[in-house]
Amino acid sequence: MITVRGLTKRFGSTTVLDGIDLDIGEGERIVVIGPSGTGKSTLLRCLNFLDHPNAGIIRVGDLEVNSASATKAQILALRRKTAFVFQNYALFANRTARQNITEALTVVQKLPRAEAEARADAILRETGLADKADAYPAALSGGQQQRVGIGRAMALNAELMLFDEPTSSLDPEWVGEVLELMRRVAARRQTMLIVTHEMQFAREIADRVIFMDGGRFVEQGPPDQIFQSPQDARTRDFLRRVSTDAT
Amino acid sequence: MQGLDFDYMLGLVPVILGYVPLTIGMATAGMVFALPLAGLMAVERVAQVPVLDLFVRLFISFFRGTPLLVQLFLFYFGLPQVISAFIVINGVTAAIMGLTLHFSAYMAESIRAAIVGVDRSQWEAARSIGMTQGQMMRRIVLPQAARVATPTLLNYFIDMIKSTSLAFTLGVTEMMGAAQKEAAGSFLYFEAFLVVAVIYWIMVESLSQLQSRLEVRLGRAYAR
Repeated sequence: MITVRGLTKRFGSTTVLDGIDLDIGEGERIVVIGPSGTGKSTLLRCLNFLDHPNAGIIRVGDLEVNSASATKAQILALRRKTAFVFQNYALFANRTARQNITEALTVVQKLPRAEAEARADAILRETGLADKADAYPAALSGGQQQRVGIGRAMALNAELMLFDEPTSSLDPEWVGEVLELMRRVAARRQTMLIVTHEMQFAREIADRVIFMDGGRFVEQGPPDQIFQSPQDARTRDFLRRVSTDAT
Repeated sequence: MQGLDFDYMLGLVPVILGYVPLTIGMATAGMVFALPLAGLMAVERVAQVPVLDLFVRLFISFFRGTPLLVQLFLFYFGLPQVISAFIVINGVTAAIMGLTLHFSAYMAESIRAAIVGVDRSQWEAARSIGMTQGQMMRRIVLPQAARVATPTLLNYFIDMIKSTSLAFTLGVTEMMGAAQKEAAGSFLYFEAFLVVAVIYWIMVESLSQLQSRLEVRLGRAYAR
């Protein structure tokens, strides 16, 4: 169970997150949608302190971090309970695909090398990249890099996986394989918080869809409710624009 | 105009070559001391530790902002007058000290630039998987920064080899000093200094070759 209370982030005089409250159940898959610049990515980045929130409390299991008094150790502990998938993959350029996955296991979780490599190889097989284990990121396509990025996050067995627009930087030809992998992750009932513009995907896998605008949650509910009968005018307006773009 | 005295030059070659180890030695010692110092200063400049940052910036500014020759004179002739412990310092030590401090200032700036040049998203990825600051620097950032900085650092090593000739002004008989002494006896200044120049040139050129080969090696992991 993950609980977020009053999460607030300001950049200068702009309030990007305006006191967000959020409860995430175990195994819940939440998709956050909304116009650009409404704080969706910032929400994810604040949840693991890549951006330090100005206010708010984040509780993951028995760990509680208050942004006002967060210590380095707490931030580290929080990051070790979460995993992050980046829009631009953010693979370690000096590490092979396998090493990108083992890095956190051996260095952070202190697993024995053999065990870490076995886990990495299992994940590479699952992501369909067994033959790319020794390839460096520069030698991989965007889709392959993002699959390694997701694999790296999967390997952590994190309580919460955060996906920050994982397909937005991809050439259209690679989007399908990345979404397919995310479906597989979702099928394991991994707790996920996903920011995406892939509405069809959101409909398929989400337990809950949150529509965000102006740093707040405007509306949330099961995908059918949000997509079929949105209550708020802003949600309707956004969904209309997105569906026009798609066709 | 008379012709060059080739026999004299050929005879001079082994004499000057005898001083090559001292030249390489001074440059290598300078590099060995300068590199960790520069690395520490670079990491500090990136981390911007309060107060310390001010000193590091001042240090870098001074040693980049004044000529090496002036710095060498300050260490060798100046410091002993102020701090008596420096009286025992010989020319070679003073030269190595000067080279170390002078070049560490330049090298710190190239290492800093290389560190900052490592893609921000990789820093974030390292943090996101729960690495400490130290783990992130040691395992992800510095190895990549080293790759970027290495060619530049080798340039500074080459520059340092040439700069050891300034030790001559501190009374050290190194390649340049030896040539000067020989020339003073024979009056064949052009021949003597030409021999020194060619030997420096060959040394530097060999290092440049090594440098290009190293660059190819370092880039291998990143080739598409």
